[in-house]
Amino acid sequence: MVEQLYQRDVYGKTLVELGALDKNIVVLDADLSSSTRTNLFAKQFPDRFFNFGVAEQNMMAAAAGLASCGKTVFLSTFAAFAAGRAWDQVRVSISYNNFNVKIVATHAGITVGPDGASHQALEDIALMRVLANMNIIVPVDAPQTKDAIMAAAQQAGPFYIRLGRAQVPTVENKGEFKFGQAQLLVEGNDAAIIACGIMVDQAYAAVKNLAVRGVQARLINMHTIRPLDSAIILRAAQETGLLVVCEEHNVIGGLASSIDEVVAEHCPVKVIRVGVRNRFGQSGQPDELLKEYKLSSADIENSVLTNLPLKKK
Amino acid sequence: MVNKLLTSAELNVQARQIRRLIIQMLLQAGSGHPGGSLSAADLMTALYFNVLRINPVDPQWPERDRFHMSKGHCCPLWYAVLAQRGYFAQEKLFTLRQLGSILQGHPDRKTPGVESASGSLGQGLSVALGMSLAAKMDKKDYRVYVLLGDGEIQEGNIWEAAMACAHFSCSNLCAILDFNGCQIDGRCEDIMGIEPLAAKWQAFGWHVIEINGHDMQQIMAAYDQARTIKDKPTIIIARTVKGKGVSFMEGVVGFHGRAPTAEEARKALEELA
Repeated sequence: MVEQLYQRDVYGKTLVELGALDKNIVVLDADLSSSTRTNLFAKQFPDRFFNFGVAEQNMMAAAAGLASCGKTVFLSTFAAFAAGRAWDQVRVSISYNNFNVKIVATHAGITVGPDGASHQALEDIALMRVLANMNIIVPVDAPQTKDAIMAAAQQAGPFYIRLGRAQVPTVENKGEFKFGQAQLLVEGNDAAIIACGIMVDQAYAAVKNLAVRGVQARLINMHTIRPLDSAIILRAAQETGLLVVCEEHNVIGGLASSIDEVVAEHCPVKVIRVGVRNRFGQSGQPDELLKEYKLSSADIENSVLTNLPLKKK
Repeated sequence: MVNKLLTSAELNVQARQIRRLIIQMLLQAGSGHPGGSLSAADLMTALYFNVLRINPVDPQWPERDRFHMSKGHCCPLWYAVLAQRGYFAQEKLFTLRQLGSILQGHPDRKTPGVESASGSLGQGLSVALGMSLAAKMDKKDYRVYVLLGDGEIQEGNIWEAAMACAHFSCSNLCAILDFNGCQIDGRCEDIMGIEPLAAKWQAFGWHVIEINGHDMQQIMAAYDQARTIKDKPTIIIARTVKGKGVSFMEGVVGFHGRAPTAEEARKALEELA
């Protein structure tokens, strides 16, 4: 049985570890600390935790003020609000200033589930990716969440780290986490599946089924969206000729768009996007929603199979 | 770094020189915002010459008082004051708004003395709040000052911050509201009424001081009083005249964001001689 963990549990615990190591770390939240798990830090270090209430814009700009005084600020709210509600504050006060503010957004994507469309951020990667200076990590599982938080703490500048709400399976044998360097999980030259977040696990299942059918698909965990590991993408494009990009996000502006931009410029190949297409989310259970929005392993498998012949033209 | 305090008369002389620089810079730049720069000139002159604990040769001195200009479009005023205090050479002022200049059209951290960018209105009180919280956390005694525009407080973010500054008892924070009554599209009262100002800020838990923002004695008394308030943040609501000091700009909405022509600049400098 694969280990299932909450990324945000690991986030909360990691913050406590970091807080003990570095007195400069300050944590902010906007009335969601029990959901984002920043309450663990609040309990240990009440003097370095500030709850801003339901006021994300104020929290973002205040984070900039704290960072201007030398603090490393971690702040959390749901992804819909972190990226959407306070975007201008992130742009002008955080990103433009290149301040040490680490936005750790939880409850991203369709698998937020029953709360429905308003709470299912499907645009957040797009919104953050266009900001100069912004670094973006989408950890694949709970252990990698710790790696991402540690990397953000060590590296100067603004970060957006995207976490989910639901428990996620731990992906085995992915090797060491290196910020900005994608992980090759499965070798293969018939097609390359590039995924981030929970979609890596869905893709893994697809890769196994494809192998049974004699299709050797490569699988890449693109945990860092910015800076993007262009080298591994171009290698995959050259060696397989077919990229299938999977993300729990709108197909516009996120990981698929990032990859489109790289291959269009340097090595045009067919890129199939597995993501949410011109729809808002809705209420449902995570597994139901993944099927409804065509984000399941079966959808990934079909995307590879239907597009395979193209590259052999 | 203790600076020899100026008298009200000396502050007025300095403010006049700063107003002259604003006109000259904007003429050179060919664009920019004279109205709100001139209205807050007395408030800023008193602040930088007589109030702030700063060291212009070491802009990053950790013990410095923090100042942030939330109404970023009035940065010509800020730049003129910084140059007069010795943060950078005066000739730099005439690179305002030029490619590669340390003096951008709206505040940028490239400028010595600028702590944080601004230009999108409504965020600066929150930035100041963060600075205030950092001081409290580190048990430092530096104070935080932030200049707000009156049109600017139509932004919702201001009121989120106003609530939070009181909630966190930020007595080390002093906001200065340049209440010149004008915004781009007209008089504030016609575009989006902001009164009753004092009652609003009091209701949000602030200590409110109302002054004439062109009277140096009232300005200094307000800064002095703000330092004595120990349980809540202070706001100085300064009634000012947009374009103050240049007769044909005073109260004229059109000079919010338009540089003077050469002829207008000549007349303005004559009046400010």
